[in-house]
Amino acid sequence: MAEEHHKRPVKMPQLNIKIIRLIAAFVVLVLLILRIHNVALESQLGASTWLRLSVSGLIIGGMYALIAIGYTLVYGILFMINFAHGEVMMIGSFGGYFVFEAFNAIPVTLHDGTQISFLNAQPVIAILLAFLIGMGIAALTGYFLEKIAYRPLRGAPRLVPLISAIGASIFLQNAGQLLFGPQRRQYINPVIIDRGLGWQIPIAGTKVLLTYSGIFSLVLSATLMVALYLLVQRTKLGRAMRAVAQDKRTAALMGINVDKIISQTFVISGALAGSAGVMWGIHNGLTNYFVGFLPGIKAFTAAVLGGIGNIPGAMIGGLFLGIVESIGPAALGIDFQLQDVIAFSILILVLILRPSGILGEALTEEKV
Amino acid sequence: MMMLDVQGINVYYGAIHALKGISFHLNEGEIVALIGANGAGKSTSLSAISRVISTRSGAIFYKGESIINTPPQDIVTRRIIQVPEGRRIFPRMSVVENLEMGAYIHNDRGKIEKNMEAMFARFPRLRERRKQLGGTLSGGEQQMLAIARGLMAEPELLLLDEPSMGLAPIIVEQIFDIIQDINQHGTSILLVEQNAQMALSIANRGYVLETGRVVLEGSADDLLDNPHVQEAYLGGGG
Repeated sequence: MAEEHHKRPVKMPQLNIKIIRLIAAFVVLVLLILRIHNVALESQLGASTWLRLSVSGLIIGGMYALIAIGYTLVYGILFMINFAHGEVMMIGSFGGYFVFEAFNAIPVTLHDGTQISFLNAQPVIAILLAFLIGMGIAALTGYFLEKIAYRPLRGAPRLVPLISAIGASIFLQNAGQLLFGPQRRQYINPVIIDRGLGWQIPIAGTKVLLTYSGIFSLVLSATLMVALYLLVQRTKLGRAMRAVAQDKRTAALMGINVDKIISQTFVISGALAGSAGVMWGIHNGLTNYFVGFLPGIKAFTAAVLGGIGNIPGAMIGGLFLGIVESIGPAALGIDFQLQDVIAFSILILVLILRPSGILGEALTEEKV
Repeated sequence: MMMLDVQGINVYYGAIHALKGISFHLNEGEIVALIGANGAGKSTSLSAISRVISTRSGAIFYKGESIINTPPQDIVTRRIIQVPEGRRIFPRMSVVENLEMGAYIHNDRGKIEKNMEAMFARFPRLRERRKQLGGTLSGGEQQMLAIARGLMAEPELLLLDEPSMGLAPIIVEQIFDIIQDINQHGTSILLVEQNAQMALSIANRGYVLETGRVVLEGSADDLLDNPHVQEAYLGGGG
């Protein structure tokens, strides 16, 4: 008798939670489909609008993906969420900003006597340098972040580095405000990647503008993602990173300097976040000390959505989140400013319904 | 010539005193067995030599030089290679990638390829499964992969931790044949085993560990004849 009493309350809630989850998922799905169906019937939006929203979602999604890779790489190796990662992106964004600003201040006189800035006289050099500097100082920030805020806490309970990460995030934000001021700063693009100019693509009678800045960002983020994937899969450094992620002690027995690989992981994550920061500035035209906060949390959402610790998952999660939050408000017929609500609703739903994400394996005891 | 000399090392896991001043040595070309029950400190001794756990006191000399302050990756570059307990294959890497991890300290592509070919010749099962993920191999295959991975570093001293654990007797025989063969090709071997009979049958000398201390040492034949060893580790009587 006593045993039976003991058993029941333990078993029942587990079953209930599963059923409730299923019902909740089903209800959410039905409501969403109904809503989208109704909106689509009434909608005045043409194909060109949907294309425009998808493309802009894909562009932003590429940046989320680059940042999300950083979350996932660090989680894969240290099982911690680097909450200061958004700030690393912010610092990268300022790196690119100052390069463009400096180049813009140098006047150049052409042969026919017209004066233009060095920025537009040598746009390729300017863009290259903006990304090199932006990625470089973001990588440095990542390196020192790990050295100062996380390495001394290696071996501490998992909550401790997490708190340190939040502290580092607040510190970097305020350091950014102190160094760069609280005001928004306008990103000056070279004309070849202007935000207002682009190709006109004719769709269903109207034309859709694909801006140079957007296409540039999309191509660059895709290139960087392929490069990272090859680095992780094909190179010795990539293999060492995977070995450290799978089993640190055995990795050390192979002659891998585990601390060095962890540092290099932070450097790579930082560089990718820095590139996203420069792209963010080029595409949106603005940067300030707070610019990394929202993309940082959204990219975290994307990493969780794809399955934290899984690199292709972070890429897919980032692109998916970018598109959904861009199309979502129009598809649901709600205000455009509610796109953040959509992104974070996804985070909550994923955490409730499938915490391991799209591509994530079931979380084991060791990793939780 | 004395290759490895461990002198009175003490290791603590928190409040637990795991190694209580253990001393042993290994001469070049030897197979030395550390035998003892679970928790006697055998694996801890190997990890102390590999420097993946820290010692509180004592000294370790390799070829006459102290390695007590050498980080684990430099132990590997000095060709002291550990094949850890429970194989510790990288589960989400293929057989080939696991072997390449073993050769991490080497950069000569040609030599790595040559060594890998030698491993496939020695362990034909691994060649059949070269593209398969390490986590999907059977226990015996994983042990072979673990040893092959260790050999990829071209060890001068091989530290083998419980190579027979969880394997069928026929596979244990195979593994021990391979260990003898590796030794005959010039690699010194420090072998940790619970299977004392097997270990002492191929070893030159042995040490018996009990609760963090060396309680007996001697030639393998003497230990096999020792009544205490027979009673405690060889199933009694004899």
